[in-house]
Amino acid sequence: MNGQGWAEIALTLAVTVALAWPLGIYMARVWQGEKTWLDPVLKPVERLVYAGCGVKPDKGQNWIAYAMSFLAFSVASFVVLYLILRFQNFLPLNPQGFPGCSPDLAFNTAISFITNTNWQSYVPETTLSTFSQMAGLTSHNFLSAAAGIAVAAALARAFAANRSENLGDFWVDLTRISLYILLPFSIVIALVFVALGEPQTLAANAIAHTVEGGKQTIALFPVASQEAIKQFGTNGGGLFNVNSAHPFENPNAITNFIEIVIMNVLSYACAVAFGRIVLARKDARALVAVMAIFVFTAAAVVYAAETQPAPALVAAHADASVNMEGKEVRFGAPSTAIWVAATTGASDGGVNAMHDSFMPLAGGMAMFMIQLGEIVPGGVGSGLYGMIVLALIAVFVAGLMVGRTPEYLGKKVEAREVKYAMLAVLILTVSILGFAGVAAVVPVALKGLANPGPHGLSEILYAYSSATGNNGSAFAGLSANTPYWNATLGVAMLLGRFAYAIPVLAIAGSMAMKPKLGATAGTFPTDGPLFIGLLIGVILIMGGLQYFPALALGPIVEHFQVLNAVAAAR
Amino acid sequence: MFAQIRPAIVATLFFTLLLGVIYPLVITGIAHVAFPAQAGGSLIRDAKGQVIGSSLIAQNFAKPQYLHPRPSAAGNDGYDASNSSGSNLGPLNPDLAKRIAKDTAGLQSEGAGPVPADAVTTSGSGLDPDISPANAHRQAARVAAARGVPVGEVERAIAANTTDAWLGIFGQPHVNVLKTNLALDAAAPARPTPPAS
Repeated sequence: MNGQGWAEIALTLAVTVALAWPLGIYMARVWQGEKTWLDPVLKPVERLVYAGCGVKPDKGQNWIAYAMSFLAFSVASFVVLYLILRFQNFLPLNPQGFPGCSPDLAFNTAISFITNTNWQSYVPETTLSTFSQMAGLTSHNFLSAAAGIAVAAALARAFAANRSENLGDFWVDLTRISLYILLPFSIVIALVFVALGEPQTLAANAIAHTVEGGKQTIALFPVASQEAIKQFGTNGGGLFNVNSAHPFENPNAITNFIEIVIMNVLSYACAVAFGRIVLARKDARALVAVMAIFVFTAAAVVYAAETQPAPALVAAHADASVNMEGKEVRFGAPSTAIWVAATTGASDGGVNAMHDSFMPLAGGMAMFMIQLGEIVPGGVGSGLYGMIVLALIAVFVAGLMVGRTPEYLGKKVEAREVKYAMLAVLILTVSILGFAGVAAVVPVALKGLANPGPHGLSEILYAYSSATGNNGSAFAGLSANTPYWNATLGVAMLLGRFAYAIPVLAIAGSMAMKPKLGATAGTFPTDGPLFIGLLIGVILIMGGLQYFPALALGPIVEHFQVLNAVAAAR
Repeated sequence: MFAQIRPAIVATLFFTLLLGVIYPLVITGIAHVAFPAQAGGSLIRDAKGQVIGSSLIAQNFAKPQYLHPRPSAAGNDGYDASNSSGSNLGPLNPDLAKRIAKDTAGLQSEGAGPVPADAVTTSGSGLDPDISPANAHRQAARVAAARGVPVGEVERAIAANTTDAWLGIFGQPHVNVLKTNLALDAAAPARPTPPAS
């Protein structure tokens, strides 16, 4: 560890949070349907979509109609994407002549991309055609992100409302978020990425005759256009098997910095926009502070763990100052550490190093960040609504201590909302621990493991945490492209997305109907250090403690084995 | 529910066309006009115009007169640029310990001091085009001897292809292997490899 490394981690986080403010202010305007400077170009497109959809933009929806629209859109997306993947051999732009995906792989991948998870059971460069990557995956990188942000916008309107049932219109939110936020920024970012070295071509590959007389087939894709929205929409599904560790997806330190910043900035910006619409800017600032504290702590733990001596290097008497297995030289430990914290905290799931080869505490920290519920800062939209769920539980706990009905942002929090909040939180635990428990004893699942011992358990636990949390990163040694893994991980992704978002919309519906109250002397302040501390505690207990026994059998026991191995080798 | 079927279908198809077809094609078009080299994969061509590799992608070098890249887990034989992969071996995996012990033993005599970690570990991508400056300097004597040139000449080629941390803060210094080797060949064409003794 050194000063440069700490400076890189701190500066990357600081720039991300700073940029979230202007972006959040702009996003609040988009959520509210206000004028933007892109109106002259985009307003006609927006009107065209409404006309085609038969939507009256000013009508508004109650929570049930909003949730139904969200589900209907997800079903339609699933069907179209499934068909594209399954029948890519009959579609254009398949220069390598890849066959259609198997039914279980197409099922898993379609769910993966409509739920903003982007778990990849397959090796993209040997499986997917250029058309599947573009029309199939790039488009759902936008749409699943827009759908998540839409739910957050609905929740913001619910807290701002006074005895109303109108949460806005899902189709309007989806359209405006895609057109005014995701698309224009992605265009700019994609062109910057090309300038910095990322390929953008429809050619399938280049054949090189190498200096020493070999032949090398270099796979190519329209990389930059997907890379931009992959990170900006906390998607994380790469064009290549190794994701942003691949030099074409992440050629240098500058692209690495930009990719980290854009994979978190929208999630923080959602909190900022929420604060402006609910007229609770200080409360939103407290939420951002909680998010940033977790990300910095996680980065510090990973940085410290990855600069501990790795047993294999010590035993061979090689330089053991950094665990370089699975890392790229241009990034090293600090760039990897802040990336890991950002990607696992944000449900992005893109990686710039192989998590499977991390030291146990670094891999464990990555898993722990996912298990906290993908709320620090979480996926775009989904992070914010997950954080609000935890904030409701936090004020409920505080209310229990003093025997007073708790309030949050001027809304009374009553039994109904707390039940929905707990339902959402518990779904994650049931899915992660339930599926992992079964997989740990089912032979057909165990065949996929790449590493023996506690590390194998970590591979299982990580996979279901990642799928349920809609993260998508992996301990990639796991061979997950089998019917068992594809099916169970697909179901885990569905639970993590919809069994969470629907209770959130129910909370929104219930909150919107309540009167908006002013703060009184008895109101627990939710914008100060006391609340920040309480919320951190609740997140650690709700997210963290439930998984502690499982983590103790995986990364924690492996950590002590590593200490033993290093001591023995010296 | 029925009221949502039409918008669901229309929105999915419209946005698939806009975001999945028009957006990437427009970016591709602009990229090919504005940044043709990068858009095509940063390919390097020889004097005859034949592609010899990409400056961003590792290719294997085993001969003594060249800098050697990091070990690679991509594809069956390594350096497969159509099948990127890390080793995904956990820190306690016996296969990892065996591989690192074997590779380190082979490099121990090449220079002074401990073998740099990046010289005996596989990268995340299996296609890492770079090595650490310490790794490059440790190989310089071997490269110079094989070429029959002073070490200083090799060091100059290494220095010319070293990239420092961005702004002194972001990322780590690294040496591009392919570009260094091409610079060496351009400065002093390698003698034919002497027959193995």
